[in-house]
Amino acid sequence: MEIFFVLGTPLIGGALLALWGHRGLAAELNLLMSTLTFIAAAVLTARVISDGPMITPDHQFFVDSLNVFLVALTAFVAMTTAIFSRPYMRIEQAHGRLTETRLRLYHSMYQLFTFTMLLVLLTNNMGILWVALEAATLTTVLLVSLYRTPASLEAAWKYFILCGVGIAQALFGTILLYIASERVLGAGGEALLWTRLQEVSGSLEPTVVSLAFVFLIVGYGTKVGLAPLHNWLPDAHAEGPTPVSAVLSGLLLNVGLYALVRCKVLVDGTLHSHFAGNLMMGFGLLSVVVAAFFLARQRDVKRLFAYSSIEHMGLITFAFGMGGPVASFAGLLHMTVHSLTKSAIFFTVGHAAQKAGTQVIDEIRGLISINPTVGWGLLIGTMAILGLPPFGVFASEFLMLTTAMREQPWATPILLISLGVAFAAVFAKVQPMVFGDSRGEISLKRLPFAPAQIPVFVHLAIVLMLGLYIPPHLADWYRQAAKLIG
Amino acid sequence: MLTIAGIAAQLTELMLAVLLAPLFTGWVNMCRAWMQNKSAPPLLTPYRVLLKLFNKEPVLAQNASPLFRITPYIIFGCMCLAAAIVPTLDINLPFNAAADAIALVGLFALARVFMSLAAMDIGTAFGTLGARREMMIGFLAEPALLMVLFTASLISGSTSLSSIVGQLGRMELMIYPSLAFAGVAFTMVSLAENARIPVDNPATHLELTMIHEAMLLEYSGRHLALMEWAASLKLFAYSCIGIALFVPFGIADGGNWLGILISLPVLAVKLAAGGFLLALIESVSAKMRIFRAPEFLGTAFLLAVLAMLIHFLLES
Amino acid sequence: MALSLPSQFINLLAAMMLLIAFAMLSQRRVLTLINLFALQGLTLTLSTLLVAWATSQPHLYWSALITFLLKVLLLPWILHRLVRKLNVKWDIETLINIPMTMIVGIVLVILAFNLALPISALAGTITRSTLGIALAIVLLAFLMMITRSKAIPQVIGFLAMENGLFFAATSATYGMPMVVELGIALDVLVGMVILGVFFFQIREHFDSLDIRHLEKLKED
Repeated sequence: MEIFFVLGTPLIGGALLALWGHRGLAAELNLLMSTLTFIAAAVLTARVISDGPMITPDHQFFVDSLNVFLVALTAFVAMTTAIFSRPYMRIEQAHGRLTETRLRLYHSMYQLFTFTMLLVLLTNNMGILWVALEAATLTTVLLVSLYRTPASLEAAWKYFILCGVGIAQALFGTILLYIASERVLGAGGEALLWTRLQEVSGSLEPTVVSLAFVFLIVGYGTKVGLAPLHNWLPDAHAEGPTPVSAVLSGLLLNVGLYALVRCKVLVDGTLHSHFAGNLMMGFGLLSVVVAAFFLARQRDVKRLFAYSSIEHMGLITFAFGMGGPVASFAGLLHMTVHSLTKSAIFFTVGHAAQKAGTQVIDEIRGLISINPTVGWGLLIGTMAILGLPPFGVFASEFLMLTTAMREQPWATPILLISLGVAFAAVFAKVQPMVFGDSRGEISLKRLPFAPAQIPVFVHLAIVLMLGLYIPPHLADWYRQAAKLIG
Repeated sequence: MLTIAGIAAQLTELMLAVLLAPLFTGWVNMCRAWMQNKSAPPLLTPYRVLLKLFNKEPVLAQNASPLFRITPYIIFGCMCLAAAIVPTLDINLPFNAAADAIALVGLFALARVFMSLAAMDIGTAFGTLGARREMMIGFLAEPALLMVLFTASLISGSTSLSSIVGQLGRMELMIYPSLAFAGVAFTMVSLAENARIPVDNPATHLELTMIHEAMLLEYSGRHLALMEWAASLKLFAYSCIGIALFVPFGIADGGNWLGILISLPVLAVKLAAGGFLLALIESVSAKMRIFRAPEFLGTAFLLAVLAMLIHFLLES
Repeated sequence: MALSLPSQFINLLAAMMLLIAFAMLSQRRVLTLINLFALQGLTLTLSTLLVAWATSQPHLYWSALITFLLKVLLLPWILHRLVRKLNVKWDIETLINIPMTMIVGIVLVILAFNLALPISALAGTITRSTLGIALAIVLLAFLMMITRSKAIPQVIGFLAMENGLFFAATSATYGMPMVVELGIALDVLVGMVILGVFFFQIREHFDSLDIRHLEKLKED
């Protein structure tokens, strides 16, 4: 029942805002629906804590230890982003970048985007999972192209074509998976249910399943932004409105990775080898290296942090690829803290860019004196994402690196060097933005509405807490999920 | 099977081919004229032309080498041999075993080389131009033709034309997508090889477009007659290859005379239909620019390769 | 060797689809391209119908109906309308080196056949050998998207890829579960509508549907 509340609220929200989204209180309605979704997700989480995993009677939706915390996280970040987006989008409207019709589209698509992501997380059917992820692509294409500038159109076009091609490969992978399972489970809806697939994964045909995984990792990997299929990601992040960048980076990439991990569990059950893990490690490591070396060349602040997202997604993929309780635990923790930190950073970056009227790094200077909250938020967020203790990112990266040293020693130096390069690149660019000399030719825009900075500090506080102390329930989930992932 | 009867049957087949080839050309011309709403030339016109040419004295250029004079005989010989190798009436004749499909392609290539050499021999611009174009088309058409023959060989498990025909004729009736593709490819190659309309126009003497005619410009008298006859024979041989590969029914098996007698009208009907089809293609398509010919033949090659791949996937 | 008559016809239709995929790869004119796409959809519908009839799978009739409505009627109609409204009827793509593309295409076909061989050996359907062709169509459509520089051909490539995927589903397993097929069809339709809007926007901002104009965003 709770599952339907979680899914229904954003769907109704999307429909309501499609009608109402251009009126005065649309942003508030958006926030209300997101809050309701979060409350439903919280109730669902409470139910799972007390009753354990659940599945709907028709077996189409389910909640287990792997997706419950992602549902909670997604609903939470969607809510805080809605808080942030209210003043942000108003300022954009006041600056004349958006019209009311566009805002209606934005609000409606924001809710539908939340819906599709939650559907990906909650569905038990691998086919529906694909459909929902494709739908998520379509909604975000509309969000990325919201400004209708040439650059945003280009970004959206690239995003659509690349992800469309990628996700078509994933569909082929899903078809192959169905071929394998249909022989065991018989034709019909049963054969694509993840829970049923997992039960019989030992008796699936290994050749078909391994080929299916190759297609699935290419397809869903495009969505995660793994190199060499990452080209769409920086463009989409840089050209869309900042709240969209925040949910893209913080949530959509996680959701894509979730799909990949679900597939990996099945493949491992069939093959009993490290085939899937090796592929994931390869793609993950490549992404970390590519992203780290591209970071130094960025001049647009949103592109900078987009590449940082690629780097972190690579790290998490690598961790899941290594497998084992510790690495998977670290991967799950990293998914959580990266999502929170990266969305917080985008919140601050968005307002900084609004204040300076540009996203070019060289033209944003001295935030700490212009707007201390934004400046401090960006500084702390950057420190957190770069893995400085005592933030949660440090804890998860530490766990990953120590596991890598023990299990894949060859990869450790590559990881360390990449992390070092990324650290130097990002810090060298952010430091002058925060502390640099703001006097001179930089012209500041007045913001007609006060930015909402509470979400930034709430996120960062949670990340700090996760670095120092993980609540037992959460640790328990992580452990169970890590056991499931293997 | 080198018996007297076998040799006699082979000779009959060869004689028939040599004698009937101009008739076939005449039939194609007649059909084409009908379709274009012209009054058709009599069916026997090609014979009259040949007779007229044989009665004329050949005129040779001063600098013509022996090669120039010997070429018509070589080409005519090549085409006769080709017509003998292709199983038209019976699949079990002595010459059929002499050469397989690949040798047949080689035979056509040999004729082409001599033709081009002779065309360049006099040193006129047109001859060289025609030779160059002919070589270009040949170099694109041959691989496609080979691929078509390979597809048929793969289906029947032999490269010998007579066993291909035997196998295909005996197989139970079913749809072979590969053969359909190969058939289209073969038609395209034949059009190019026989200087037919989308690629070349046998009736033109316009220097921008001609290929085959450009090479014959310097010939006259009996030399020209032999060349024209060889061209008819080539068209006949190609039609018979097409019939053998794609409609191999009704060809006699094992040299008894009764079988040959039955297969003769069958062949006549098939050839008449084939000629009609050829005229139809020529009437509905426009001559394309010479620079498009590589694309045309590339498509033929592509189809032939696809035919082979599809055979591997769907029919093995 | 002795295949049943329906499966022979399905093989023939599969071969036709592959041929159409190649024809699309080499086609320069936008309008012909759309017609070829509709023809491919029709072939797909016919083969789905044949499979449905030969194996008495009622849900495949619905699948065929969806394919027919979407791929033969609706999408080509939308595309034709777009072409008329955008006035790109005579837009001719300056494709360089068709033969080279064709050779790459043949290599892709060989690759696809080899990849599909072990799977088709396992599948128990009467249409199993067509799986390789389905994969080849997907890869050829992919190649088409890469080599085209105009927006509409790229999108047709995307849709042709979907055709190949549907064909794969029908040939290897008698189709995906109905709810999944409906979802996929909905995604394709919505995607097409969004792209239609996009075409106008791109034209407005770039004065052309040439994707080569969209090259500003790259790493310096």
